[in-house]
Amino acid sequence: MQLSDLQIGQVVAEKTYQLNRDSLVRYAGASGDFNPIHYRDDIALAVGLPGVLAHGMLTMGLSVQPVVEWIKDSARIVDYGVRFTKPVVVPANSPAVVSVTATIAAIDQESSRARVDLTAICAEQTVLGKAQVWVQF
Amino acid sequence: MVNPEIQRKRYPRTSPYLVGREKVREFGRAVYASPESLDLEVAKSLGHSDLVAPPTFPVVIQEQSLALVINDPDAQLDFSRVVHGEQRFLYQRPVLAGDLLTSELSVASVKTLAGNHMVTFETEIFDASNQLVCTAISTLVVRGE
Repeated sequence: MQLSDLQIGQVVAEKTYQLNRDSLVRYAGASGDFNPIHYRDDIALAVGLPGVLAHGMLTMGLSVQPVVEWIKDSARIVDYGVRFTKPVVVPANSPAVVSVTATIAAIDQESSRARVDLTAICAEQTVLGKAQVWVQF
Repeated sequence: MVNPEIQRKRYPRTSPYLVGREKVREFGRAVYASPESLDLEVAKSLGHSDLVAPPTFPVVIQEQSLALVINDPDAQLDFSRVVHGEQRFLYQRPVLAGDLLTSELSVASVKTLAGNHMVTFETEIFDASNQLVCTAISTLVVRGE
């Protein structure tokens, strides 16, 4: 895969993830983020949230993975940023489904880099804004 | 809320964090990572000396620096009112298992928007040879009373 093979608007990766409470507990342990709004319904509701939420950093972490699978080596990622626009609500007894699409949005011949924009959708809402990955070619 | 006076404040270097191979696997499994973060042979076939930490792993190091802000009475950061607004990582190279990392956080800006404070932190992450590995930029929204 070379920079010259890419076209603006080209979808380079798509993947769907099913997040359940186990996923949130696993991420809490792995990351050290034990904020109880990510596993306790009573606390999430008490602070005015619609329910238990996935960690924003879990959504950010999995959303870049289709790009890593496409380029094979994350060492080629030079810049990755997102805005957290909507929460991912994870019910106790059914998974939240996050669908990620990665599209070529810009090509910079001079630096030999391409910008891949991610859309992450859960329950028909875009959960990440301005989700951009710069890849070195 | 947060004390606007902490703008441009620089916090001390954190204690070294040794990136363990099994921690990379554990974090990797949690974010549905690719084989380069899980399988040593795959990482080596790509030319890396050890497992490659997933792109968002530096958040673990950023947290070490953020803990200094949370525990700083001068910052008056009410963490119970904090929502993660934005996150960005600028990479010089990927984090690898075996890296010994330290970080240094500075407060890039404190803004007020619609009664909320928006605080942007820039955390530089260095390896054992004091080379910059990654800059983590995090914007937290502190909801108003």
